[in-house]
Amino acid sequence: MARMKFLCDSERCIECNACVTACKNEHEVPWGMNRRRVITLHDGVPGERSISMSCMHCNDPPCAAVCPVDCFYQTADGVVLHSKELCIGCGYCFYACPFGAPQFPKTTNFGGRGKMDKCTFCAAGPIEDVTPAEYQSYGSNRLAEGKLPLCSEMCSTRSLMAGDGDVLADIYRERVLRRGYGSGAWGWTTAYGDRDQGDAFAPGAGTGAT
Amino acid sequence: MRQLRQFLVLAALLTAAPLLAGHLALAQEARAQEVQGVPKVQQLGKDTPSSTDSVGIYREPGPNSPANPDDVLLYQPPTGKVTGRVSIPDEKLSVIVQPEGRLWREFRTVWLRYGIAIAVGGMAVALALFFLIRGTIRIEGGRTGLTVPRFNGFERFAHWTTAVSFIVMALTGLVVTFGRSLLIPLMGHSAHTVLAEASKVLHNFFSVPFVIGLFLIFVLWLRDNIPEKADWIWIKELGGLLSKGGSHPETGRFNAGQKIVFWSVVLGGALLALSGYLLIMPFFITGIGGMQIMHVIHGVLGGLMIAAILAHIYIGTIGMEGAFDAMGKGDVDENWAKEHHLGWYEQVTGRRVPRNHGTRVHPAE
Repeated sequence: MARMKFLCDSERCIECNACVTACKNEHEVPWGMNRRRVITLHDGVPGERSISMSCMHCNDPPCAAVCPVDCFYQTADGVVLHSKELCIGCGYCFYACPFGAPQFPKTTNFGGRGKMDKCTFCAAGPIEDVTPAEYQSYGSNRLAEGKLPLCSEMCSTRSLMAGDGDVLADIYRERVLRRGYGSGAWGWTTAYGDRDQGDAFAPGAGTGAT
Repeated sequence: MRQLRQFLVLAALLTAAPLLAGHLALAQEARAQEVQGVPKVQQLGKDTPSSTDSVGIYREPGPNSPANPDDVLLYQPPTGKVTGRVSIPDEKLSVIVQPEGRLWREFRTVWLRYGIAIAVGGMAVALALFFLIRGTIRIEGGRTGLTVPRFNGFERFAHWTTAVSFIVMALTGLVVTFGRSLLIPLMGHSAHTVLAEASKVLHNFFSVPFVIGLFLIFVLWLRDNIPEKADWIWIKELGGLLSKGGSHPETGRFNAGQKIVFWSVVLGGALLALSGYLLIMPFFITGIGGMQIMHVIHGVLGGLMIAAILAHIYIGTIGMEGAFDAMGKGDVDENWAKEHHLGWYEQVTGRRVPRNHGTRVHPAE
């Protein structure tokens, strides 16, 4: 079984923000929330690099560990998803996430949080695939249609790649080998540690309930 | 408004100082790692003989270039916090990696749960053991049937407003902290989410009466809770908690134990309220790091307060005969007043009681 991953080649990213725009449009992500964003390091000085970042679908996801209602699950492909029917919008996942992936709609004048929203690897959520209800809650489900995440499909320099982690690693290795330099896959150490394959789990896996 | 914000920031910083220090140390370590990480990117450019003048922009293969696929660095050595710049109008998204989240995860999933379980469970066990050994502390002279007014209606209103809100927030806080491990196996995910969501709303809502009650308590009882020299004697003898006989330290309206309860509730409650409101309003003042610290303060204090209030409830109800009347009816039995608050009794009634050295002293209610 493939282990889905993102890989952003920071030697190629030109900070065009097409991935950000494509994501926002594809899933109609509400105003003020971003499932994906491009961050520029050493901006304006020699050595400037840009990295497109979103949920990295970690092995052993911190969001899932701290969730008080146990609403996260990981598919057999390694995609980390959550149930908005279970989420209570407490914000704990946002404190724990190393990548700042969880996003919250503002539901009160004090900035109180609604249900969490994050990158789904274009695989939507736990309700029936490719239905209006699913689109309403989680955005489109491209994976169910046999397509890869739109952000990487849209990337003009093929900097951002999504798909089977082993394939991505091979492509990246070949690139680095050919051009002679590279700075590693951003976020991979944090997200995947020294394991390439995460363990699929469902809500309740840690508690013995279903 | 701006001044208020500045004041709140200052107050938050002061209260968070010890934890902040640890957090800062971590951030510093992270920065140090980051600095180490930066040349790594540029180093490869420097290796290139032809591009030593233009660091890192135009790069060509050099002597350190990987020779086969296995040499390619896929997993970078762990970096610390990495922050850049984003063009979207959401500054908080400029953080690529925040390693502090791992520490907070450890706190939230392990330390906090064990800490509260030990503090609250330990207190419950200690109280149960104490009750088995000591039993209810009786009024030695028996009830006289005559009463002395102790707390008027307004004072009791202030107490119960605070008390009821505290209990609601304690229970709902425990649901959010322990629900996943204790309640989900019992009730299932859907029912638990309903409970947890209600808990979140109730927890936020009851903070308002709690703060109002806390303020009233502070204003009403501050005068009687100023520490005095006599309190030392009471503390040294633990209020006669353990001795069956002994001397009777003079206590005014409140004894040292009650004063400790008062100050823990006032100071602890104020800190709980401050940290809680900063969590209700994300990014109003604190960023993610600040909210992690606020959550740690809130969780630790909450656990300690629940343990302390458990003891307070015990001694005010089954632990001591006649004590509940004070907050229940507002009037206490004359003998209870003489035995527990002799100084106050004389002050209120204007009567002078001959000193009897056989009388016991009693703990806080």
